[in-house]
Amino acid sequence: MSLMGGQLKLQPRTEQKVIQVFMYLMTSIAVLVLVFILVVILKNGLPQLNLEFLTKNPADMGREGGILSTIVATIFLTFIALLVATPLGVGTAIYLTEYTVESRITRIIRFGAECLAGIPSIIFGLFGFILFVNKLKFGWSILSGGLTLAFMVLPTIIRTSEEAIKAVPPAYRLVSFSLGSTRWQTVTRVVLPSAIPGIVTGVILSIGRSIGETAAVIFTAGSALRMPTSLFSSSRTMSVHFYILAKEGVSMPKAYGTAAVLVISILVINIVTYYLMEKYIKRKS
Amino acid sequence: MKQRGILVRDFSHYYGENRSLNNINLDVYRNEILGIIGPARSGKSTFLACLNRLNDLIPGSRVEGKILVDDQDIYGPEVDVVALRRKLGMVFATPVPLPLTIYENIVFGVRLLGNNDRGELDRIVEDSLEKAGLWAEVKDRLHTSALKLSGGQQQRLCIARVLALKPQYIMLDEPTSGLDPISTMKIEDSLRTLKKDYTIILVTNNTKQAARVADRTAFFLMGELVEIDETRVVFTRPSDKRTEAYLEGKFG
Repeated sequence: MSLMGGQLKLQPRTEQKVIQVFMYLMTSIAVLVLVFILVVILKNGLPQLNLEFLTKNPADMGREGGILSTIVATIFLTFIALLVATPLGVGTAIYLTEYTVESRITRIIRFGAECLAGIPSIIFGLFGFILFVNKLKFGWSILSGGLTLAFMVLPTIIRTSEEAIKAVPPAYRLVSFSLGSTRWQTVTRVVLPSAIPGIVTGVILSIGRSIGETAAVIFTAGSALRMPTSLFSSSRTMSVHFYILAKEGVSMPKAYGTAAVLVISILVINIVTYYLMEKYIKRKS
Repeated sequence: MKQRGILVRDFSHYYGENRSLNNINLDVYRNEILGIIGPARSGKSTFLACLNRLNDLIPGSRVEGKILVDDQDIYGPEVDVVALRRKLGMVFATPVPLPLTIYENIVFGVRLLGNNDRGELDRIVEDSLEKAGLWAEVKDRLHTSALKLSGGQQQRLCIARVLALKPQYIMLDEPTSGLDPISTMKIEDSLRTLKKDYTIILVTNNTKQAARVADRTAFFLMGELVEIDETRVVFTRPSDKRTEAYLEGKFG
């Protein structure tokens, strides 16, 4: 080791070592944060979990009972969000990649989607409140909340689908056309099947965001604790329930229990989908 | 007199401002193997893409002149491009099996027409693979991924996939450029058999391959057709000294 021109000059091998340790530290911090969150949530939440917690509706503002109605509301809201956002997002991605050439219009569309991605979720909540709750008179409801979430996750789905579609080898398209397929047949029979794993990744990300979203939902789906009975029921999702329980000091144990269910369900969804994707990719190749 | 299948008249092709084919005139006879030789970027591949209009897919592509396939002007307003591409099957330089099973690769084009009759598909698969000289090697694993085949097998699969379309013409763009000598020999053998039923256009950057299998050979250079004649004539008494220089390996 010697000092040259004021700069600390390390032997290549030492330098390698230092960088390795540094990178290792950075990675560990990222993983540690995750572990820390999981430990805190599960340590406080797991003791709350039992069959009753999952199968009973909340009672006494959430102090008693379980969280069944909020689980149902979360599932419905997320389902509607993805039912709307997936076709819209994948459709936009197909249009951008397969049906147009790069131009001012595609750049504007892409820029618009990027901007949409950068908008804070509470603004989506306000937008959903003005458009769906008031203007379209859907009221505080599963439908308003689901549609709002759909617009919120749309950029993610467009972006990931576009990347997945772009990653399909151009030669596949050429072969498909040369075998006499139309553009639509090429898209549905060659491009999309190859892009599915990437598209699904975007959808999973969006499921995670929808389940966890609070600000956009509290403005649009409301916070009624009843079991939702229709698309127009005002209802409370798990994350909103957690927020209210914790913020208003209703019941910290129940709040942790809800958080644990949230975290575990997102983990399970991730693990199951990645497992299914692995199988799908294996079968294809 | 041999029957003419394809007539190319005063044909030029442009990518934007760049002219990639300049005033080509040639005929392709039925049931012959027409070899097309020439150095890289001489317009050979572009010429094939113009014959089945794959060039349509490239933005800024433009043509002048005429190409008649079976007396039909393929750049005419009423041409069914999809049908044209089935009539002129194409095999690319790199074998590109789609990420499907061997079976589904072969019937890909057939299914596009809405034909899903199992018995008929089975027959087409066996028949096409047989003609491409691959049946014996894969008949026990038709339902495994085509990506697991060797390079040579993949290329014969691509030929079989084209045959399944029941084309009249088969165009091959340097089909053996990435293959070993034995795989190359197998493909050349199947081409000799196939010409009984099909008209074949073989683009190759290997002049010896043209000498081995082509009935007639065309020499392209910088977008121009320098000469076209019986292969024997082109290789022994070329009429243009650029052809002679290329064949002697003075450039390439």
